Amino acid sequence: MIGIVKAVVSLSGMGLLFGAGLAVAAKVFAIEEDPRVIEVRAALPGANCGACGFPGCDGLANAIASGNAPVNACPVGGAVSAGKIAAIMGVEAVDTEKQVARIICRGTSCNAFEKFEYVGIQDCKAAALVSGGSKACSYGCLGLGTCVRACQFGAIDIIDGVAVINPEKCTSCGKCVLECPKNVIRMVPYEQKVVVDCNSKDFGKDVKVKCTVGCIGCQICVKACPFGAMEFENNLARINYEKCTNCMICAEKCPTKAIWADFENRKKAFIDVDKCVGCTICKKQCPVNAIEGEVKAKHTILDDKCIGCGACAKKCPKSAIEMR
Amino acid sequence: MKIFTLLVSSILVNNFVMSRFLGICPFLGVSKQVETAVGMGAAVTFVMAIASAATYVVQVSILDKFGLGYMQTIVFILIIAALVQLVELFIKKASPTLYQALGVYLPLITTNCAVLGIAILNIQMELSLLESVVHAVGAALGFTLSIVLFAGIRERLALADVPESFQGFPVALITASLMSIAFLGFTGLV
Repeated sequence: MIGIVKAVVSLSGMGLLFGAGLAVAAKVFAIEEDPRVIEVRAALPGANCGACGFPGCDGLANAIASGNAPVNACPVGGAVSAGKIAAIMGVEAVDTEKQVARIICRGTSCNAFEKFEYVGIQDCKAAALVSGGSKACSYGCLGLGTCVRACQFGAIDIIDGVAVINPEKCTSCGKCVLECPKNVIRMVPYEQKVVVDCNSKDFGKDVKVKCTVGCIGCQICVKACPFGAMEFENNLARINYEKCTNCMICAEKCPTKAIWADFENRKKAFIDVDKCVGCTICKKQCPVNAIEGEVKAKHTILDDKCIGCGACAKKCPKSAIEMR
Repeated sequence: MKIFTLLVSSILVNNFVMSRFLGICPFLGVSKQVETAVGMGAAVTFVMAIASAATYVVQVSILDKFGLGYMQTIVFILIIAALVQLVELFIKKASPTLYQALGVYLPLITTNCAVLGIAILNIQMELSLLESVVHAVGAALGFTLSIVLFAGIRERLALADVPESFQGFPVALITASLMSIAFLGFTGLV
């Protein structure tokens, strides 16, 4: 009995001694860590997705605090966390435009034709190995959900055989872009209201027999764009998002409706009559002649002609034009 | 003279990795690059020297006195774990560069059987305090020697044209066994 007591007492005594010793040592040898690291870490989303290129959020917090990474290095946290981190680091936040991933294919089961029936593993990467997948178009979305499984934020759904990304949930981490074997996912500015939803680099004739909503390379959109924002390369129209004003003319003119536009939220110009001084600058800017009015007279906008490009609002010296 | 014999025997003849087969985990895990192998060796040397002194003192002043010899293992583990923590704290404060270089290997030493092995061997061999520390340093140097040599070979092996089924760990294990045979040549030196 006494043996047990001895053993317990000596072992727990040693344990206590070592514990106390370590506690003291921790105080004595305490080093001051950069408090900004902890604060920056708290401002980051904490998903540890690795989209920034650093090993987890801790790695990025260290890099930001030591000045090796910009404050807006986290694509997931976006402007919100960049702002907070900028405040911690005492620098100006450079506003980064939020980007969202978008699947540039609308080859749903009723739009795109199938080459054969695929019954293998239900995964795009596996399917892509079988003569490029079952879709007749070799550039389109296979719709077997490899991106859905890659998305940590539940932003992707398969709707009618094609993946669709919810821009509200997308955090632009870029995981799906890397996973997609068809390379059909692109990063698009969140504010962008017009996108060419086709990835096919085939010639127009070939596109037509494979898909009803493909870009056939007619270049009508290129000619129609008043701002020179439409580029044409590899038999495929591409919008230069820097130049695009979301006027949606291209989407209206596209014969196959391969260009998607958010027509429901199309803006219109409105002139504040009190502010307008009748300088006619806006009239000269309008690409579709939707503004009427003479010099020194109040201008009016023809609602049915206005495409909502905002060119007039940008140039108005009195800020009398509002887009809504 | 006994001390010198002890040193040579623990480095070469009774090499911890090659003939006692202690500390195999870091020997295989941390031997991909010579640089990290040297770091690991340094950390192990440091901890083993301190641990053997501390365990000797505890063995003589507590365990032997109260007849608690059967608690040797658990007490030694406790001491080593606490020591490694202390060493980690100290290095973090004293030399951040060394702390960065040792990285995760430092806490890993807690579970290195070579450290527990040296502590128990010292007691079994009935060495004095000074002899214990020399024995520990020698053993740790032997560990460092073998892990650095092994890492050097593995660095070359990484570039060699190894048959597919032998790539990675299989060829590393074969290399280790060949090295072990080579160390057998030191038998009878002391």
